[in-house]
Amino acid sequence: MSATAALPESQGGRVWARFRRHRLALAGAFVVALLMASALFAPAFAPQDPTLLDTALRFRPPFAEWAHPLGTDELGRDTLSRLLYGGRVSLTVGLVAMVTTVATGALIGITAGFLGGWIDMLLMRFVDTMLCFPQVFLLLVVAAFVPPTLLSISLIIGLSSWMEVSRIVRAEILHLKEQDFVAAARALGASRRRIMFRELLPNAAAPILVAATLKVASAVLMESYISYLGYGVQPPLASWGNMLTNAQGYFDTVPWLAILPGAAITLTVMGFNFLGDGLRDALDPRLRMDP
Amino acid sequence: MIGFVAWRLLQAIPLLIGVSLIGFGLMQLAPGGPLAVYTLNPTIQVQDIERIKVIFGLDQPVYVQYVKWASGLFSGNWGYTFFGGRPVLDVILERVPATLLLMGSALSVAIVLGLSIGVLGAVKRYSVFDVLATTGALFALSFPTFWFGLMAIFVFAIQLRWLPSGGMWELGDEGNILALLEHLVLPTLVLALVITATWSRYSRSAFLEVMQQDFMRTARAKGVPPAARLLRHAFPNAAKPLIALLGVELPFLFSGALVTETIFGWPGMGRLFVDALNMKEYPVLMGMMMFTAIFVVLGNLLADIAIAAIDPRVRLR
Repeated sequence: MSATAALPESQGGRVWARFRRHRLALAGAFVVALLMASALFAPAFAPQDPTLLDTALRFRPPFAEWAHPLGTDELGRDTLSRLLYGGRVSLTVGLVAMVTTVATGALIGITAGFLGGWIDMLLMRFVDTMLCFPQVFLLLVVAAFVPPTLLSISLIIGLSSWMEVSRIVRAEILHLKEQDFVAAARALGASRRRIMFRELLPNAAAPILVAATLKVASAVLMESYISYLGYGVQPPLASWGNMLTNAQGYFDTVPWLAILPGAAITLTVMGFNFLGDGLRDALDPRLRMDP
Repeated sequence: MIGFVAWRLLQAIPLLIGVSLIGFGLMQLAPGGPLAVYTLNPTIQVQDIERIKVIFGLDQPVYVQYVKWASGLFSGNWGYTFFGGRPVLDVILERVPATLLLMGSALSVAIVLGLSIGVLGAVKRYSVFDVLATTGALFALSFPTFWFGLMAIFVFAIQLRWLPSGGMWELGDEGNILALLEHLVLPTLVLALVITATWSRYSRSAFLEVMQQDFMRTARAKGVPPAARLLRHAFPNAAKPLIALLGVELPFLFSGALVTETIFGWPGMGRLFVDALNMKEYPVLMGMMMFTAIFVVLGNLLADIAIAAIDPRVRLR
């Protein structure tokens, strides 16, 4: 009796039990939920319009007055408002880029893995070739050529980082397609497309979900890199990356302007990384970092 | 072994062709084409642009341009910069020593530290040290490099005034090795942080996997002392994934160096890339993409050969 109580019967219950033990992953999930909420309700939380200038109130320090809880920047804009709206930008780019990455990577991985033969060979050589370029180089070159909008930045980040996902999905499909349920589906006359997307893909969901979570983290990081270098989100739209660029000029006198957006990026990336790590342990013990 | 090396060399050729196709294709995306710098310049006449087009061979079909450009890559003619008309390869090569110095020092610090942390964590699995190290590594991987760099400058250069905030030398003090080392410390630390984290994670899991193998149990049963077990039995086997990691990490090192070099004003290839981007120096950008990609292909090749040298099973496959 006690054995059944210790081991939940449903698969979801077992996953949750494993996930709950991972305290840092729980903390990561909490941080991610908090960030999503603050981005979603940014207009309600923000003390004022993030683009509102007030040159009489420049460089106010944080925690000094109620009107500007985190102070103001070099143009007198409210830092808390800019952080909240910047979070919207970062999370939007992170999520859209992740969807692009996962969709592209999964499609290429499943096609290569399932069809095999020369299609597999060609696709995987293409992956190898793309991986020869550092992602930041690809990103910056394309970002310099394409007019920067939220969508174009997200797509560029997504399309320059799907290669790992396609390798993970392909490896999973190669293993899955030898299973009996695929032979059964084939015997029942299921079409190739049905086997690929209705039989194989759902069974590869666990590693895809883990990769997706980690990809949000790296997309947020990449957005901040290219915005910091001036090729990402353009002012007056606030993003954590371009807030840091602005803050750099006043770094020796007003360091908090640089500390705050950097801390926000770190917190976000960390939240998604810990969440992804916990999901990996919980969903699929085979994929754990320690075997 | 010779057969294996020849086979891997042959495999690298289509990869390099693919790399050159993507590099060339990307540059065709440039708004206004490769001559945007000239067409946007009001002092240049239409007939001059036509003349420049002929000089650069841009009036020819795209595939002819590609073949010319790709064969130029082989013969060392990588084109000329828009500003100053210097050979692209020279411009890139003069930045290589600075990047190699920074990457080399960061990599050596990171490998020694990361490997020690990882091995210790694997030996004392789930100890306080292990938990702290694995958590710390995930923290380190979440830091944006440029922010960490700025914070390091703020603390060590602006507040404490221990170290210089950027550059490679002081003005008029070029060639002073001590000054160079002083300038090297902060960028090395910043670059090494992330690499250390990656290395400690990978070496921990590589060693954990090896230590569960049967031959490790046999070694213990026949009385091999722990240090010898680790060095003579576990290490050669755990080294394979780590050598592969070294090959895979090279592109990351270039990009990490890009951000680090930008923050610290380090005159290496990463800075050159950002400067070339700002000045729309497309020939330099294209050259740098190719240079890095070739370097990455070679790195992976060397890693594979090294793995085959350690493990005969790989080269017989």
